[in-house]
Amino acid sequence: MRKEWEGFVEGNWTKEVGVEEFIHLNYKPYDGDASFLAGPTERTKECSSRVQELLKEERKAGGTLKVDASRIMRINAFGPGYIVPGKDIIVGLQTDEPLKRGICPFGGIKMVREEVAEYGEKLPEEIDRMFDYITTHNDGVFKAYSKEMRQVRHLGFITGLPDAYGRGRIIGDYRRVALYGIDFLIEEKQKDHEMIASRHVMNEENIRLAEEITNQITALKEIKKMAETYGYDISGPAKDVKEAIQWTYFGYLAGIKEENGAAMSIGRTSTFIDIYAERDLANGTYTEEQIQEFVDDYILKLRVARHLRTNEYNELFGGDPMWITEGIGGVGKDGRHKVTKNSYRVLQTLYNLGPAPEPNLTVLWSKKLPEPFKRFCAQVSIDTDSIQYENDDKMRPTYGEDYSIACCVSAIQMGEQMQFFGARCNLAKILLLGLNGGIDERTGEHVGPQMESVGDGPIDFEDAWNRFNIYLAWLCELYVNIMNIIHFMHDKYDYERSQMAFLDSEVKRLMAFGVAGFSVAADSLSAIKYAKVYPIRDENGVIVDFRTEGEFPKYGNDDDRVDEIAVKISERTIEELRKHPTYRNAVHTLSVLTITSNVMYGKKTGNTPDGRRAGTPFAPGANPMHERDNHGAVASLNSVSKIDWDTCQDGVSNTFSITPAALGKEKDERTTTLVGLLSGYFDRGAHHLNVNVLNRDLLEDAYENPEKYPNLTVRVSGYAVRFNALSKNHQKEVIARTFHQHV
Amino acid sequence: MKGRLHSIETFGAVDGPGIRTVFFMQGCPARCLYCHNPDSWNPGEGRDIDIDEIVHWAVRGIPYYGEKGGVTFSGGEPLLQGEFLIEAINALKKEGIGSAIDASGTYVDEFTDGAVEASDLVLLDIKHTDPERFKIITGREQDTLYKLIDIINKHDRHVWIRNVVVPDINDTEEDMRALNDFIKQIKHIDKVELLGYHTMAVQKYGKLGITYRLKGVPPMDAERLAELKKLIEY
Repeated sequence: MRKEWEGFVEGNWTKEVGVEEFIHLNYKPYDGDASFLAGPTERTKECSSRVQELLKEERKAGGTLKVDASRIMRINAFGPGYIVPGKDIIVGLQTDEPLKRGICPFGGIKMVREEVAEYGEKLPEEIDRMFDYITTHNDGVFKAYSKEMRQVRHLGFITGLPDAYGRGRIIGDYRRVALYGIDFLIEEKQKDHEMIASRHVMNEENIRLAEEITNQITALKEIKKMAETYGYDISGPAKDVKEAIQWTYFGYLAGIKEENGAAMSIGRTSTFIDIYAERDLANGTYTEEQIQEFVDDYILKLRVARHLRTNEYNELFGGDPMWITEGIGGVGKDGRHKVTKNSYRVLQTLYNLGPAPEPNLTVLWSKKLPEPFKRFCAQVSIDTDSIQYENDDKMRPTYGEDYSIACCVSAIQMGEQMQFFGARCNLAKILLLGLNGGIDERTGEHVGPQMESVGDGPIDFEDAWNRFNIYLAWLCELYVNIMNIIHFMHDKYDYERSQMAFLDSEVKRLMAFGVAGFSVAADSLSAIKYAKVYPIRDENGVIVDFRTEGEFPKYGNDDDRVDEIAVKISERTIEELRKHPTYRNAVHTLSVLTITSNVMYGKKTGNTPDGRRAGTPFAPGANPMHERDNHGAVASLNSVSKIDWDTCQDGVSNTFSITPAALGKEKDERTTTLVGLLSGYFDRGAHHLNVNVLNRDLLEDAYENPEKYPNLTVRVSGYAVRFNALSKNHQKEVIARTFHQHV
Repeated sequence: MKGRLHSIETFGAVDGPGIRTVFFMQGCPARCLYCHNPDSWNPGEGRDIDIDEIVHWAVRGIPYYGEKGGVTFSGGEPLLQGEFLIEAINALKKEGIGSAIDASGTYVDEFTDGAVEASDLVLLDIKHTDPERFKIITGREQDTLYKLIDIINKHDRHVWIRNVVVPDINDTEEDMRALNDFIKQIKHIDKVELLGYHTMAVQKYGKLGITYRLKGVPPMDAERLAELKKLIEY
């Protein structure tokens, strides 16, 4: 065994890459409470307050502090940078200054030109001219799109396609850097390359793979150099907890230096790091206070990561998110929970450094998590509104014990899988298109199969449902084909070598589709089924509004009559998607998740039969429509819990706001209640919950007086934001959501 | 058998121990000055609910109840529908769900004994210890409160005392001492809660066209309330 591994239990992992086995053999579950935790050191306070100042400046500057367009972001484009020179103990920034953003043009030069122009910068001529000869991902995609594909895109049937920038959602297993060092990883990749390039049939797939692996090896060598500029030699394994954090972070940093993917999760690092922490505590190498300080500084680094975005992008995905998602807790295949002291330490950063949206801390909830940890999580939620919960008992049987979360809610096996992600299709608009027989309700444009529009009403449910299904089938075929084009071109022109270097060479792929307007579609179909809905047409005969007579059940009240419609919609969507083959044989998955794009989808959708007015935001993700869930929190949660994760394996997102008073009178009681709510919800088989414990008044005040709340963090839809970083429209939508309160 | 329902709250965390499904029953004989549910007064309003539906909603909450949670019948005055309550509580018992009754002490009839016996817990609003003031607050005589306490004691039921504290009506130290004395007659008290008077219901009165009689009375000061809580002994 290598010297750096002394004290670890040996296994196959010493001979080949096997982080999961290493963790399994070496981690120590922690059943105790939070009393061991250390507060921030003076150094941590100094660095943290420097970040606070920078954040203030960033906000004052309109959301982006500095843009450096002088060079293309590559692993070693910038020399070393620090938050407080001489004080950083975990080192590494994307550029040479905190919060300074660089350009990633290979996803799309057009977007970079817009970004740079919006911030009054200019692209250097030599870079600008380079792209007369270089094809970007964005160029490639639009060379292949059909007319109809462009049409569904601009009309808003599919929105948020990653066809102009990095696709993201790839999670390298950055822990490999710490456990093995770069040299071993290069050797393994060289062996893979030789094996693949020597195959009897060098078909397209093998040729592509051989080239990709070579690019990965180049990236690994550059990462080693990058570490050298910070004074570290990462050719070998990390020898202690500080190095384990540092090595892991270097691996991650390389990815966010050269890729501007929409979601750049860090994975599942806390329990892995705990193994080193336990060894160092036992050997007396470091104290608890020192280890907490390393963790604090690691998290602080993740908090200052930024990508350059256009205003248009921010309108869709509000709050400047990076989705640096870290999965915490969960259970192993032998039934032991995976909560360690380091699970606590990572959550403790929300106290030591204050609440913050990033990293996107995600508790992998299981019945088997130790009670004190459940209580600590609930307490953190109540105090900070910064964390989210996902059902490990639901995901573990499919993804095993070492998966992590890409973006908000999407499970991926660490090191073995990657995801092709893209956008959402607008279910509410599909229904309207069906009722109109192939005419877009907002523009009058003809799109999709053409048929007679629905009669004068009351609209027959069977007829409406058939129409919905016809147009769903049509759009799903287009959707799969669009995604195939996007990911083909991304692999070709903007391959993520520095992230793929930390995945198995023959990686398995998921293709993640999404839906928006879920509750609006369900409620609209419920209105048609249980009330009387009459179409209202404009002078051209296009249905632009509805007259709805009578009551109808609404999703979010634990009422099977409408909840079954919602379930059926999710099932039908994945069935339709699965009919169409995917690029590189990716496995189709589906999410009910909108990020903040529910506002944009609403904007692009006309009046709906449920009474929602044109342009009004949808509810986020799988949430019931604002204020329609009026039977209390449990009924609302129960409705969402019916959406089966097995149908929507890319995640079913629910964002939940409750007032402190509704949880109970005393702090301790509130914690107990929240644990009870989470337990009940996940017992029902639900997948995901964002928890906000706050009063609407507070948000209204923050809307009017943003300067009073510099760090107010809220969970929005699978991620958290600083409330101030949202646009006014996004803020209004968050305020309009249901707040479960005590009456 | 059918009951009359005002509304259902599937998540109650402050109406008895644990997480509870709360059925707000329609109809109340009292007209408390500070009532925040005046829309639950008229027994003719609301909607019908049968035992099956009560059980259906309560069962949906089972994963959330934990060891302490269950169902609370509130109102209105739930004991106004004592016969329905007995049947509902017994049906819930078969599902392993315990029930609490949130009573105002202003109504007792021949079904009250059975309902209290079937329940696990009574949440009891004392309103006021003094009979005159009790009548001013509720518009009812205080004898029903004593009768209800007798029934509760007879069945050894546990009680949460809940008292709304209103400025100038029952917010003195003397009032607290009187409350301490008064509740001595109750055998098993698990908790005494003082709830500060608030003005959030004023708008509701406006909408219903009912005169709000505590106009101008300020909400109970939180700090003062905390001081008064310290005086409570049980």
